[in-house]
Order: sequence, then C-alpha cells, then structure tokens
Amino acid sequence: MEIATEIEVRDTGFHDFKATMSMLLRNKHGEESLRDMRNQTLEVDNDGNKTLVVFDEPRDVKGTALLSFSHKAGDDDQWLYLPALKRVKRIASRNKSGPFMGSEFAYEDISSQEVEKYNYKFIDEGGHEGIPSFILERYPVDPNSGYTRQQVWVDKERYIPLKIDYYDRKNSPLKTLVFRDYQQYLDQYWRADEMYMENHQTGKSTLLTWKQYGFRSGLTDGDFNKNSLKRAR
Amino acid sequence: MSEAFFQFVLKHRLLVIFLAVTLSLLMGSGVKQLQFSNDYRMFFSEENPQLKAFEQLQNTYTKNDNVLFVIKPRNDKVFTRETLTAVAALTKEAWQIPYSLRVDSITNFQHTYAEGDDLVVEDLVLDPQSLTDEQLAEKQQIATSDPLLVNRLISPTAHTTGVNVTVQLPGKKLTEVPEVASMAREMVRNLEADYPHIKVHLTGMVMMNNAFPSASLDDMKSLYPIMFGAVILVLVVMLRSIPGTLSTLIIIILMIIATLGLTGWLGIKMSPPTTTVPIVIMTLAIADCVHILVNFLHNMRDGENKYQAMMESLRINLQPIFLTTLTTAIGFLSLNFSEAPPFRDLGNMSAMGVVLAFLLSITFLPAMMMLLPVKALSGDTLGSVAMIRFSEFVVRNKKGLLWGMGIVILFLVSQIPNNRLDDQFVKYFDETITFRQATDFTTENLTGIYLVEYSLESGETGGISEPKFLQKVEGFAQWYRQQPYVLHVNSITDIMKRLNRNMHEDDNDWYRLPDQRDLSAQYLLLYEFSLPFGLDLNNQINVKKSAIRFTVTMESISTQQLLKIEESAQAWLTEHAPGMRIDGASPTIMFAHIGSRNIIAMLKGTTLALVMISIILIFALKSLRIGGLSLIPNLVPMGMAFGLWGMFVGEVGLALSVVTGMTLGIVVDDTVHFLSKYLRARREKNMDREDAVRYAFSTVGTALWVTSLVLMVGFGILAFSHFQLNAGMGLLTAVTLGFALIADFLFLPPLLIYFGGKNHEANPYSHCIAICARYGTGSYRRRTRFGDRHGDRSTGYRLP
Repeated sequence: MEIATEIEVRDTGFHDFKATMSMLLRNKHGEESLRDMRNQTLEVDNDGNKTLVVFDEPRDVKGTALLSFSHKAGDDDQWLYLPALKRVKRIASRNKSGPFMGSEFAYEDISSQEVEKYNYKFIDEGGHEGIPSFILERYPVDPNSGYTRQQVWVDKERYIPLKIDYYDRKNSPLKTLVFRDYQQYLDQYWRADEMYMENHQTGKSTLLTWKQYGFRSGLTDGDFNKNSLKRAR
Repeated sequence: MSEAFFQFVLKHRLLVIFLAVTLSLLMGSGVKQLQFSNDYRMFFSEENPQLKAFEQLQNTYTKNDNVLFVIKPRNDKVFTRETLTAVAALTKEAWQIPYSLRVDSITNFQHTYAEGDDLVVEDLVLDPQSLTDEQLAEKQQIATSDPLLVNRLISPTAHTTGVNVTVQLPGKKLTEVPEVASMAREMVRNLEADYPHIKVHLTGMVMMNNAFPSASLDDMKSLYPIMFGAVILVLVVMLRSIPGTLSTLIIIILMIIATLGLTGWLGIKMSPPTTTVPIVIMTLAIADCVHILVNFLHNMRDGENKYQAMMESLRINLQPIFLTTLTTAIGFLSLNFSEAPPFRDLGNMSAMGVVLAFLLSITFLPAMMMLLPVKALSGDTLGSVAMIRFSEFVVRNKKGLLWGMGIVILFLVSQIPNNRLDDQFVKYFDETITFRQATDFTTENLTGIYLVEYSLESGETGGISEPKFLQKVEGFAQWYRQQPYVLHVNSITDIMKRLNRNMHEDDNDWYRLPDQRDLSAQYLLLYEFSLPFGLDLNNQINVKKSAIRFTVTMESISTQQLLKIEESAQAWLTEHAPGMRIDGASPTIMFAHIGSRNIIAMLKGTTLALVMISIILIFALKSLRIGGLSLIPNLVPMGMAFGLWGMFVGEVGLALSVVTGMTLGIVVDDTVHFLSKYLRARREKNMDREDAVRYAFSTVGTALWVTSLVLMVGFGILAFSHFQLNAGMGLLTAVTLGFALIADFLFLPPLLIYFGGKNHEANPYSHCIAICARYGTGSYRRRTRFGDRHGDRSTGYRLP
C-alpha cells in the first residue's frame, strides 16, 4: 500500500501532458495491424485524470475522439465523438473490461491507475531484468474487472512499474505487460516508450509505443468537454 | 537350416519358453506408457488441407473448441425467474472452467439500445429475481427475435437454452480435455442439485474429444471378454486338446502384451480404431496356431511320436505360415497410406502383432507342446468327409458354378455405386454413449453441432466496413438462411444493422446496413469500447479488420448433403462476390472430406500392396499363370462385400475405406493355402486339374473354413463396438472374409479347372492320390465308399 501510494505521489503534479500512441497488433498467425492516436491528459486534484484520445489510424475512424473522466470510485465517464454521424455518444456501459481497439490492452489496463482502484498486498522483493524490485499483488475493486489479481514488479529506486502479470477470472495466467525504455521528463516523471502486452492464452500480442511527450503544454479543463471532443481532430 | 532351428527349439524347450516370455514381457513393459488420444484432430494428418484451412481460421480469429451446456426446464419455459437465475449462475460459474476464453449465454448477451443520445450496452438479463412478468416477456421477445441468439443459444419457442463456453486448450497435456470435461460435469451436478426443475445436457467439441477414450475403454471392457470367450470356445471345439488351447491362449496374451508394449515404446497414442488391434491380431494368431496344432495332433493320431509329429508339422507349415504372415503384414502396412493417422497406427500395430504371432507360434508353441502332456486325438479331424463330398460337388458343377458365381459377382459388384460417402462424426458414437444422447437432444431442441465456417476477405485493411462488402456478406447470409437444413447463420452484418438502428433512436426503419464506410467503422469502435471482458468481437473480426468470420450451423445431415450445400455456396460466392470466394472450413468439413480423401489414398496403398503380394505369390508359387489367376479370388471378395454393403447399408465412410487394405492381406491367406496345395498336386503328384482341385480341398479345405470362421467371428465381434467406426469396419471385414471363403471354394476351383495351366500326362492314380493323401492309413471303408461312387472315373484303385 505504501509503495502504491509512493508511486502515485511521485507521479503527481505534472499537470498535463500530450503524447502520440501507436499500437501494433499481432495475432497468432503473425498478421499485424496498426492503430495510431493522440493522447492528452489533464491531472485532476483528488480524482482520476481526464483524458482525450483522438484516433488517426485506421483511416475509417480518423477524427473519432474518446473523452474519459477517470474516477477514484465508481464507473468512469466516457463519451465518443463519431465524425461520420457528427454526434457525441455517451458510452453507457458498466463493463469496460473488453479489449481497447481490438488490442490486447483492456481499457482498464491503460486508464489512469488510481490507488483506490485496487487492494494491495506485498509479496516479495525481487528483480526484473536485473533491476531490484518490489513485487506487489493487487486486486481490482471493480466487480466487473476481467481479472482476479495482478502481480506488479515495481522498481525499488524509481517507483515505477516494470512488469505486470494479469490473472483471469479463474486465476489462470492471462497476460503479461512489460514496460520498456523509461525516459524521465521534467526531471521527475518517468514514462515508458514501449509497453508490450502478450496474451498467453491466445498467442496474440500488442506493442504500444509512446512518442512526442510534451508536459505542461497549457491544457485546461476547457479542452476536456463534449464540445472540445468535436473540435479535437 | 530351418530343421536345425526347430531341433534346437524342441530340445531346449525350457530355454525357448523362458526367452519367449521374457522378451514378450520386456516389450510389454511399454504398456505403462500407453496413452489415449482425446482430440478429434487425431483423424487428420498434419498435411490435411481441410485441417490446415481450419487451423488458419482459428489462428486468425479464436479457437472454437467448446463446451455447450444445454438447459431445459421441466415446464419448457426458459424465461422464468428461477430458470434465468440458474442460467445466470451457470454463466458466471462457467468462467471457472479451465482454459475458458469466453462464455456466451442469453443472460450475458450484450443487448444494445438507445437512450436519448446514449448507446446502452448491457447484459440482457442482469438481475433475474427482480424481473416482472412483463419484463420477462419482453426479454423473451428480444432473445427469440435476435438472429444472433435464436437457434443458437435459445430455441424459437424459448423452451431450451444454452450456455456456450469457448476454451482454448494449450494442447500440451492429455489431461486438459478430461480436466475441462470433469469440471463441466461437476457444474451440471451442482446446478441440477440447486435447481431441481432443470435438466442439463453437455455437448460440444471438448465433450466429444472426451468421449473418444471413454468409448475405447468401454469397448475394451465389453468386447475383450466376449472375444476371449469365443476364442476359448472355438479352440476347445476345434482342437479338442487342453494343452493346445492353453498354449494358444498364452501366445495370444503374450502377443497382445508385447504389441501394446511396443505401441507404448513407440509413443503411438491409443484411439478408438486401435483398440480393435488386440481382437484383430488375436484372430490372426489363432490361425497360425491352429495350422500347426491340427497337423501336429493329426500326426500324433497317425502314430508318430510327439517329437516327430511336431517336426513334421513345422516342416510343412513353415512356408505357408511365413507367406501368409508376410502378405497379411503387407496388407496391414498398406494402411500407412491412409489419410487418418489412427488407421496408420492400426495397420502398424497389427503388422507388429502378426509378426510376433508368427515368431511365437514357431518357437513358444512347439516348445510348450513338448513340455505339456499331449494325448493323441482319436477319430477323424472335423469335417474331412464333408470336404471330399464338397469337392466332388464343385468339380461336377464346375460350369454352372463358373457362370453362376460370375453372374453373382458381377451383380454384387454392380451394386457398389449404391454406396454413398458419409462421415457424420457424431454418429461415430452409438446411442448408448452419453455424448451422442446429449448431442441428439441438442440437435432436436436447440441447435446443431455441424458447422461450416468461412473467413470472408474484403481484400484491404479496414475493408469490413465497406458498404459493398457488408452487402455481399448480408446477401450471402440471406442466401444461406434460405437453404434447407440451415439452423443458424452468424454474421457481423446483424450487429451492424442493430447498431445502425440504435444510433437512430431504435427506429426500425434504420435496421439496415450503414451506407458509409467510416460510419460502420465508427459504430464498431463505439460498440467495442462497450463490451466486457470475454465478449469482444475478436472471435469474428481479424486484427486488420479486413476479414470476418461467418458461421453456418446445420442440422444433422449427411456428408453428401452438406457438401452439396457448400458447393452451391461456393457457386454463389463465385457469382456474386468473386473476391471473397473461400472454401468453408470446420471440423464438419474436415470429416466430410476425409472419407473420399482416404479412399483415394487407400486405393494407392491397396494397389501397391496388391502388386507386392502378387509378385510374392508368383515367386512363391513359381507360376506366373497361377500367380496372375490369384488376383481374381484376391480382389473379388472386396468387390462383392462393398456391393452387398451398397444394397443393404449404402453408407461408407472413413473406417470402411480402410477395409480394402486390411482384408487384402488376410484374404490372400486362403488363396495361398489353396493354390499351394493345388500346385503341389499338379507338380509333385502329376495330377490333372480336377484331381488337383480335389486334393487341395481335401488337404486344406477344413483348415480354411475353420480359420475363416474364426476370423469372421473375431471381426464380427467388433460389430458390437459402441464406436460405429469399429463396428462398421468389423462387420464389413467379416463379410469380406465370408465372400473370400465362398470365392475360394466355389469360384477359384472352376477357374483353376478351366484356366489352371496345361494338363500334364495324366497320372492314372492321381484321383486316388488326391483322396488318399488326406486319409493316409486311415479309414479304408470310407475310401471304398467314395471309390464306388466315382468308380467309373477312376482307372485304378489301390494305394500308391
């Protein structure tokens, strides 16, 4: 618990950032597919972050934008702007544990990870690729989560996650997420350039690459509402 | 050389017995490593194109090994609070099934509707207990009118429902399938205990896979004892010798243990077809032992001592037994051409068994007989008199038989085209097997188990949203829905139409495909954001969004009907959507093709075996003409058997297509015995063709019909197998062997008399020799009587 809090504390105060994300999906057959999007995140005091994601690729969904308000307790709010329909639709689903854009990431894997979303247990100290780590186990609070538990390797020095093992509802190993190539921004905030998620049951994988990080770029609350959704292209 | 060997065997009998038993048990120690295969894919080789196509489809989307719980409430109403509570409980519980990837039911069905500007996506049934009667009726209306559900997870009258669990077996351990199956069974038990008003059946591919080893074990438990009983009975009646029966039984047991042991060492997995091996080789081993023992006992009766009697028996039997072992083994080995690996295993295991039987019967058997006290038999060997009468009948009616048999053969062969290929894999199991009962129930009450799947390609990334593509898919779905026997068509277009309606305030006028590509894509994106874990669309859309999986569920129909519909589907695609044309893939399609693929493969194998066997026969018999003539009795029985099958059964499949190779080697045995005796009479005793035929009958006639009877009983017992593949194979083989006997007794002799080579200068005593040869110094009276009847034809009448 202290470790989880420390992670959050160390990652607080960045105010906002912008970045581009690209996802490379691969199936067991070796077929690949690319998803490109832009991400803007705004820190909210005492609650989850506000995030706006604009899709660039595939071409058919270009300009589609997803706005989410993450909450420490209760369901996140989500709206989607569909340019072809020129309408904003609220996603009124309690259950968002499905795959994000057909990838191996679930929405709950990449939304902001507030401390309150899990219960924690310290397991052991260990190492991941030679980096001394704490090994934690965390249990999702949301009953609709797709997981029973997650095992997280946290860098002892930098307090950042290095690897997460996901266990499905019958407690079998489901996926593994590995964080690669951490960079430090503003001398404080660590962000991984690559997040590689592998599904052990289906043999599918997704490589999520982050680029062009820009912190404190002057985003405000006004950039994160239904109207801004339509403008965000 | 062989004589020295046999002398050694008879002298050092204890050593021989010790070595035979030790070596057999040593080989047999591999039994511990025997494993039962529990995957229907065992019937397909890795190169099988239909299997490859299906694997590719599964790799592109997700695997669809499944467990289907079929739930029927006693009041025939699924939409009651109690039943829905049970379904919801099972839906939740089913996630605990090992290797489960997704669980689909009517309660967690992702129902979508519009609420103002919101798209609501939620479980169709969230809290069953809180539902009012009106709400229940409304839910039933939604479920029974949704094309994704009706005839798949809910029957149109809502009297039966299903919970489908998709599992992805890693395929690393043989325990995976039983693990899933036993967990599913436990859930059924618990559910039925908690909700006594419902009955739950279990089907699906995993349950079928699980039924393979249990069907094999059932067969072992029920068939093996029958077999042993029959063997003991036949041996006692025929040999009338306790030591002989005992030795043969020990040989059979040693041989089975050694064969199964070798199978274990070689890592061959047991499957329902290979569980028949012990019965097959047991039957063949008896034939070897009987030949040696009958002559041995006969010689003893004629006053020879044990040692002489055995040496003599081994001397005259070694060559024919070796020859028949060789041809039988070649026949079995021809099964290696089979498309279905279990039948290759069957062939290889049987070939091993036959060779072991041969080795044991020339070592262990004589040694045992030397060791045990043996009483000389009194009286005549079974049925010799009848044989001689019979040979006279054949010789007298040679012309009638030649023509009569010729016509019968031609008639039966002309019936072969009545056979239709059919491989409905559910029917591989007979009605006593739980899986079959559950599946039949499912087919009658809920949905089919026979699927045809297509991966429809749009040809470009994201192309599945293209209106033209979607319209073609929709057209294909509509075409399929109009076909007979089609229960359900799963197509992404139904989701698209529903979403389009939801986006337009649930206005039914908008229940149609979106007409803009980006709109469809954005609908899908929105929908996918709303789906919970395990209910995503990855099982029907590929990662590039360039292709969709299209699934058709059929009633239980014959392979022929299925392939015909699939063929028309191909024609439809070629005409309306040439770029999308692709062969259907699924286990059903795989089984639909395996029969014909196997027949073509087995034709090659059987032809090769036939050529090899004929060459062996030509050399062994030292006659091109007789060797060539042997082709007729070797081939005719199969033709007759398949013709008879065509008249009375008319369905052939995977198992029956291997019968040709298997019986060839056995059928040849009879011909070999008959022809070698015929030639011996012609060459050594200078008889004319008719007398040579009489001689052949009198020397091997009895042995032939008795061994044929044993073989027919052995294979006939397989007809009681709960595994229809084995039952059909056993029955057709028994019929073939019966026809082989008929052909050898009624058709081969006239053929030999008319075409069996130039007559040498007739030996005036040949007729007498023909008859006397069998009798030796035996009954004089009978001989006289026989001579009286045919005195006009015999020139002289005295012992040579």
